[in-house]
Amino acid sequence: MAKVLMKGNEAMALAAIKGGCDAFYGYPITPQNELPEYLSFHMQEHGKVFVQAESEVAAINMVYGAAGSGARVLTSSSSPGIALKQEGISYMAGSELPGVIINVMRGGPGLGGIQPSQADYNQITRGGGNGDYHILSYAPESLQETVDVIKESFAKSDYYRNPVMIAVDGLIGQMMEPIDVDRDVSIDISPKDKPWAATGESKKRGSRNKIVSLFLDPYDLENHNLKLQKKYNEMVEKEQRYEMINMEDAEIVIVAYGSMARITRSAIKELASEGIKVGLLRPISIWPFPEKAFDEIPESVHTLLTVEMSLGQMIQDVKLANNGRLPVEFYGRTGGVVPETSEIVEKVRQIVRGRK
Amino acid sequence: MKTKTVYKPTDGLTDKELSYCPGCTHGIIHKLVGEVLSEKELLGEAIGVASVGCSVMSYEFFNCDMQQAPHGRAPATATGIKRVKPDHTVFTYQGDGDLASIGMAEIVHAAHRGENITVIFVNNAIYGMTGGQMAPTTLIGQKTTTSPRGRDQALTGMPIRISEMLATIPGATYLERVSVHNPQHMKKAKKALEKAFDVQTKKQGFSLIEFISTCPVNWGLTPTESLTWAEDNMIPYYPLGVYKDATKGDDDHE
Amino acid sequence: MAKGRILIETDRCKGCGLCVPACPVHILELDTSTTNKKGYTPLIVNDPDKCIACSFCAMMCPDSVITVERFVKE
Repeated sequence: MAKVLMKGNEAMALAAIKGGCDAFYGYPITPQNELPEYLSFHMQEHGKVFVQAESEVAAINMVYGAAGSGARVLTSSSSPGIALKQEGISYMAGSELPGVIINVMRGGPGLGGIQPSQADYNQITRGGGNGDYHILSYAPESLQETVDVIKESFAKSDYYRNPVMIAVDGLIGQMMEPIDVDRDVSIDISPKDKPWAATGESKKRGSRNKIVSLFLDPYDLENHNLKLQKKYNEMVEKEQRYEMINMEDAEIVIVAYGSMARITRSAIKELASEGIKVGLLRPISIWPFPEKAFDEIPESVHTLLTVEMSLGQMIQDVKLANNGRLPVEFYGRTGGVVPETSEIVEKVRQIVRGRK
Repeated sequence: MKTKTVYKPTDGLTDKELSYCPGCTHGIIHKLVGEVLSEKELLGEAIGVASVGCSVMSYEFFNCDMQQAPHGRAPATATGIKRVKPDHTVFTYQGDGDLASIGMAEIVHAAHRGENITVIFVNNAIYGMTGGQMAPTTLIGQKTTTSPRGRDQALTGMPIRISEMLATIPGATYLERVSVHNPQHMKKAKKALEKAFDVQTKKQGFSLIEFISTCPVNWGLTPTESLTWAEDNMIPYYPLGVYKDATKGDDDHE
Repeated sequence: MAKGRILIETDRCKGCGLCVPACPVHILELDTSTTNKKGYTPLIVNDPDKCIACSFCAMMCPDSVITVERFVKE
């Protein structure tokens, strides 16, 4: 199919429809409003459900309900709205429900700002809500990659019976790029039966289904958590996604995701012209964090540099995966400030000068 | 001697022994809901949404598919379900803390959107499960563990009348307040439930039945004294009756 | 002569007593001489001949402990 030039938020909305989304429940918040706006028109065209809920809290609980009855469901929001959804996400994880949540990140904390940010990394990867759980989370860098990942996420979510989050920064939500929304993805995304769902067919089924996250007996709850943990271990084993770029003879490897990875690509080109070889380790999944990639870093590398649009959240995972092998440096801007290529170039030059 | 069974436990409820305190009206209300769903043959396709409060385990008692929602969120969860399952009977079962405190936004908006669901609202003017704290529906002067000197209007406002309030919302179709303190009132309450589920089946919109209920343990009264207290104190402030019936004119004359 | 009778699942009775004042012929009481499996004083019928099988007791019971049968002429 020919490529179409689309705005990120709208491309994500269309990708959800292509991924088999049955229902969208959401609430307006900058900078993702084009997503619910697109779906408010197009879901009806496809005979699907759209509800603008009264709040992000209500929206995630509508997602929770529809997911419990067996539907493929989506909600979207931005950082402060995602904070509101944490209770619902914890309930979904505890009740083993699928669902896709799109987070178009903006500056925080609190009301923060409306410009792009990556300061939700901790909120996404370190629980966010209560309890021992994780959500599968992707951080694509381009609209094509975002579209592909969203199309796969409904099927992945169904398979694991666990929420999946797509984390993009506001830049990705707002920018326009050409995309092929019908491009084949790497997995089978067709809907499968859900024998566990509370579909309202207790008579037909001959038994009742219950969607519950309450286990009052502590040994029962521990066993339930161990069962969830098995899923997370499977995700860690199978779902780490990353890209390694320009690694041959690299002396420094920058670890960056999303828009920061794209800025880094420009910085790498500039540094190459100065004779400084820099590679990029680009996480595509942020949970599970791509620890495996760190075993592939060549011997030539003397320093890791983490660059984030935050004051340092992913750097914790970088340090854990690095496991003391190499020194880890950091560069970040926050509050919605998007760094210039020159800032990353200068930081790398500083590191190189510091070694002389 | 030949006998004919004229009353037996309904198959609208499971066999599980109810977890409620002795004499709690939750048991009576559960029975009425179960009977209506069974008699109208809605049970096999229904999806109920359990809330948080004493009735948190109601997913073990209603004999249909059930989903348990976070505190206050049942109307939103029910909305999510009903929108993807429009031909199934979807109901919520909520107490006064769940519906009138933390869940106030969700119930107002579900009514406002005219969601085609049925809400069973159990109002006993107190927070039962957590040990007897003040509820939005606690009466003035009523002593609870967080209003130990009796509810004071100056500090905490007047008790909230949910049926009256929701009646001002255009999206609400059928609202009635009932009681279960004696068999005569129970019969009326069952009729109200039948009407509410009919409204859903006929896709006429949002229905809510508010039950005046008791909490013997936290009121510090025996079960029978509690029924009397509810009749003497709650019903005057929360009068029984139909607060909204937007089906008049819609229905065939029976 | 009794019009019917009630069957009581004694071990499910919580001794709440809501049935007692509901009976129009006043033949119900809680048996204070014993306790059931749960430790409650369960319902008994003290004068079964007067039962009119109205079902008011069964209706009031929150725990669905009572089944009501009416006697049918052969």
